[in-house]
Amino acid sequence: MNTAVALDKTGSPLSEPVYELSNVSKTYARNLVVALEDVSLTLRKGSFTSVIGSSGCGKSTLLKIMAGLIPPSQGRVTLQGQPVTGTRRDIGMMFQQATLFPWKTAVENIVLPIEIRDGKAAATKALGKAHELLEIVGLKGFEDVYPNELSGGMAQRASICRMLITEPAVLLLDEPFSALDELSRDMMNMELQRICREQDATAFLVTHSIQEAVILSDEIVVMKPRPGRVAEVVKVDLPRPRTLDMMTTPKFGEIVDYIRGMLDKGEDL
Amino acid sequence: MSDVASNTPLANQDGEDTVWVQELSLIDSVPRSIAMIFVFVVFVGTWQLVTALEMVSPIILPTPWETLMDMLFVGKNLLTGGYMLGALWITIQEVILGFALAIAIGFSLGILVGETAFGEKAVMPYLVAIDTMPKVAFAPLFVAWLGFGIESKVALAAFIATFPIVVGTAAGLHSADENARMLFKTMGATRLQTLFKMKLPSGLPQIFTGLKIGAVGVMAGAITGEFLGGGKGFGELIRVAASQLNTPRVFSLILYLSLVGLVVYLLVMYAQRKIVFWHEERVGAHD
Ligand SMILES: Nc1ncnc2c1ncn2[C@@H]1O[C@H](COP(=O)(O)OP(=O)(O)OP(=O)(O)O)[C@@H](O)[C@H]1O
Ligand SMILES: [Mg+2]
Repeated sequence: MNTAVALDKTGSPLSEPVYELSNVSKTYARNLVVALEDVSLTLRKGSFTSVIGSSGCGKSTLLKIMAGLIPPSQGRVTLQGQPVTGTRRDIGMMFQQATLFPWKTAVENIVLPIEIRDGKAAATKALGKAHELLEIVGLKGFEDVYPNELSGGMAQRASICRMLITEPAVLLLDEPFSALDELSRDMMNMELQRICREQDATAFLVTHSIQEAVILSDEIVVMKPRPGRVAEVVKVDLPRPRTLDMMTTPKFGEIVDYIRGMLDKGEDL
Repeated sequence: MSDVASNTPLANQDGEDTVWVQELSLIDSVPRSIAMIFVFVVFVGTWQLVTALEMVSPIILPTPWETLMDMLFVGKNLLTGGYMLGALWITIQEVILGFALAIAIGFSLGILVGETAFGEKAVMPYLVAIDTMPKVAFAPLFVAWLGFGIESKVALAAFIATFPIVVGTAAGLHSADENARMLFKTMGATRLQTLFKMKLPSGLPQIFTGLKIGAVGVMAGAITGEFLGGGKGFGELIRVAASQLNTPRVFSLILYLSLVGLVVYLLVMYAQRKIVFWHEERVGAHD
């Protein structure tokens, strides 16, 4: 195999584990679909992990279990030493769909988590920060626009701001940039990296783009479908901070090719 | 050869704007006002024809002209504060109070049924059972319980209008999408916050549909109540006019009454436009 690709969790920069999943399985009672089988993962503080795998292999399910939205059928999830048995304040989650509320303007949507936690007054105070976040994601001037006047990509960017405004310690992202064009996607990815480093946040990202996974991640979890399980955890030892021109380096290409090969193989199964 | 073939049309396309008009069939492109006047003229024309040829007896169907004259008479009576105005005011009070009561009860029951498992399991079956009854049949009961005053009419009006509001509210609460629910969970929202900040706003379109159906029912309830329980309202005037075979009067009273119903309906529509501004209801076949 390839030297650039370490096959397991040996010799990582040993910060403390934040998330620990052991033998997590999920069977949906409704249709008896085995969405996840025996998934074990460890996320370390400040690390960036991506999950990649074909459609329907249980990525969103995994994220929902980690967020405490649905219980696993078997196995154990702990976050910062405590078992996850429901949603928690220190988790910020972004769903596959932007889900902005049409009766609130963009900024009002963004300060909604604050409004819910600490009330209207706190939300009003957070408006300034919401404006800053909107500017970062390139939505300056759209603060007071209602969501049905935003494009799909703009709505996704706004919902990223909504997740970031509470400065969560853990970010769970389900294909956050799927509706963006490639250029803004690259830009948003770099912005995401910067924010994660700044807040020392641990990130867990579901994506369909191998490039995106490689440029952002310390580790990439490659999943296989039916039943969803971890095929391999691929380590990316490109230096930090990552920059977009690393995408042209041979090492980057090697890792991309390696993962692509693995996903192709999965297709045959 | 292929060069020439592909070049010529390109040169032709150059500089030509392709602004084109979306085709609308003839019947859809008629302006609303003209279409409405057209239907009105056809209606009144047919009416005039039928009465002029004496195809039906004048006692059954007055001429449009007689009806108009009577409307002017009734209108004058209303404007000069005659006895009819007092009757109309009574009916309007019944409608307003009945609707307010229906909204309060319907909304509360709708939340109970739509939000709690208890309500859905234990209360909803009874509501459905009552809803299938002919509610007008309760009128004599309301009169027996509440007397011949406006109370019994308010009760019947509210009784009829409550159910669509319950159903609309419950359906609205159920309509919130799964992602929105999960999002509120991750934000750590309490049940009440989820209800008031997410489920109710998401359900407003359905709630207003219930309100509009209720607004129509409340009028029917008030008038039925007056027919069956006496009193001094507009329904009583209609009943008396009908018993005197004064058909033009019945017609003009009904038309004035429908104005009241229309105003209630339009008020609900207006509130919907203001409150549910983000939700565009598609009415016609065109944008
Ligand atoms: N609420 C649910 N009830 C029943 N089955 C479900 C539910 N959600 C997902 N599944 C099933 O579980 C499997 C995994 O779904 P999941 O949404 O986790 O896939 P995914 O990897 O996120 O796919 P995609 O890349 O398309 O988003 C699928 O086969 C799906 O049919
Ligand atoms: Mg998914």
